[in-house]
Amino acid sequence: MAVSVRRLGPRAVGLTYLLALLGAPVAMIFYRTFEHGLAPVWNAVTQPNAIHAFWLSVELVAIVVPLNTVFGIGIALLIERGRFRGRALLGLLLDLPFAISPVVVGLALVLVYGRTGWFGNWLTAHGIQVIFSIPGMVLATAFVSLPFVARETVPVLHELGTDAEQAAATLGASAWQTFRRVTLPAIRWGVVYGVVLTTARALGEFGAVSIVSGRLEGQTQTLPLYVQDRFENFDTTGAYAAAVVLALLAFATLLTMNLLARRTRRDTAV
Amino acid sequence: MSPGPVSQALERHSPRRRGLPAGGRSATALGNGLLAGYLSVLVLLPVSALLASAASGGSAAFWQSVSGPEAVAALKLTLVASAIVVVVNALFGTLIAWVLVRDEFPGKRVVNALIDLPFALPTVVAGVVLLALYGKGGPAGIDITFTRAAVGLALLFVTLPFVVRSVQPVLIELDRSMEEAAGSLGAGSWTVFRRIVLPNLTPAILSGAALSFARALGEFGSVVLISGNLPFKTEVGSVYIFNQVENDNVAAAASVSVVLLACALVVLGAMTWLSRRGSAHGG
Repeated sequence: MAVSVRRLGPRAVGLTYLLALLGAPVAMIFYRTFEHGLAPVWNAVTQPNAIHAFWLSVELVAIVVPLNTVFGIGIALLIERGRFRGRALLGLLLDLPFAISPVVVGLALVLVYGRTGWFGNWLTAHGIQVIFSIPGMVLATAFVSLPFVARETVPVLHELGTDAEQAAATLGASAWQTFRRVTLPAIRWGVVYGVVLTTARALGEFGAVSIVSGRLEGQTQTLPLYVQDRFENFDTTGAYAAAVVLALLAFATLLTMNLLARRTRRDTAV
Repeated sequence: MSPGPVSQALERHSPRRRGLPAGGRSATALGNGLLAGYLSVLVLLPVSALLASAASGGSAAFWQSVSGPEAVAALKLTLVASAIVVVVNALFGTLIAWVLVRDEFPGKRVVNALIDLPFALPTVVAGVVLLALYGKGGPAGIDITFTRAAVGLALLFVTLPFVVRSVQPVLIELDRSMEEAAGSLGAGSWTVFRRIVLPNLTPAILSGAALSFARALGEFGSVVLISGNLPFKTEVGSVYIFNQVENDNVAAAASVSVVLLACALVVLGAMTWLSRRGSAHGG
């Protein structure tokens, strides 16, 4: 039975590690949220501040995801199809959000758009408030979720090659027609996968938004900020309930990712 | 990622490049302009402002903010915790990838799907989740709140997928005939793993490790609730920066940010260089 011991050893160690780090804590938060029944949870998630935080998070996602999708596709096209000197620099710029702490993103935005920042005087003179209000939170969320669509689209574009695009152009299609009728249908699943990742990241962003929002209860408090606020005010029921809402959204994200991955595999198999 | 010679040649003779209708060309220019504007407003200007702010007081002021005892303690904790986390990730990430590729057991697909949960879960929720089990009054009977172990645990949680997801595809593609040959020549399974499998996995392990190191250096949301942010004890670099910003000490925050960012970029740069060298050797 040496074979089964060899197999079981790594399996036992690996699964125990996953259970202790991931499985048990996640199961525990569901258990502790619902241990006193549904009523207190429902009560907690229907608090006005919780509802406001939820819709604010949705609003940020609704602004940021379309922006980063359009510009992400544009960046991917430039990286894969463009022929200019700064391509490597563009790739580096795209990776920057992965290397930079969310807190530092928030700070950097304050240094440009804050009251004492580079554009502070100009923005104040024109009555525009960026920091401690929605525009700043949009910028922070867009910064941290910038790379996903482009990163998922670049390899698909590379794989696709330019043959079909060349053919379309030779047959007289304009650049826009070629993109819409040839390129976009071929890259769509890569783009959608990137959109799912962008949505998850935008919904959960905490550090950068924490700095630029000012965390004003019922005003600039997103759902993740609400979780922190409840937790620090010893309202564990409220914190757990809001955390479970976000966890359920994360599970929905995972499910979509898996369905999409299967879909892409089928597409490439055909 | 550069296009192959064929597509490059095609590109050169592309009618799109030569005889594009005037409207199409100006539309492309407009698109590029918008893109440049977006990236400037979002990334370039803020990062430039960060560097400018760190440099604003000259090198003496920069050095003073970076070498203050609290800043040094925070940076040291961040670097040491990230280093430990990377080693644990490299070991367990490789092991988990191995189990997910080479082993068969009921529920494997669910486990495989759950590996990405730390990427999908908001970081602050990750902190709350860990506290629900390992915090005060939790059923595990231990309380890790406000300890350095809590910092390590939070970092392990959020960086779990990196090594697993970079090793897994390499392991799937790995040709097993080499292992079978070694086995039939009398090598034990550990020898086969160490001499044949591991060398093939090393680039993937390193790249996953580098990504998790960069992530751990800047991690904030999962650490902030669980660690208590006690200066000189559990305060990591990102939390120190946050506190400096809250206290209107922006230049000091920017200086420490630049140090953190430089560390992350050095590690990621080294990874890119290593992987390029590796692929050059492979042909």
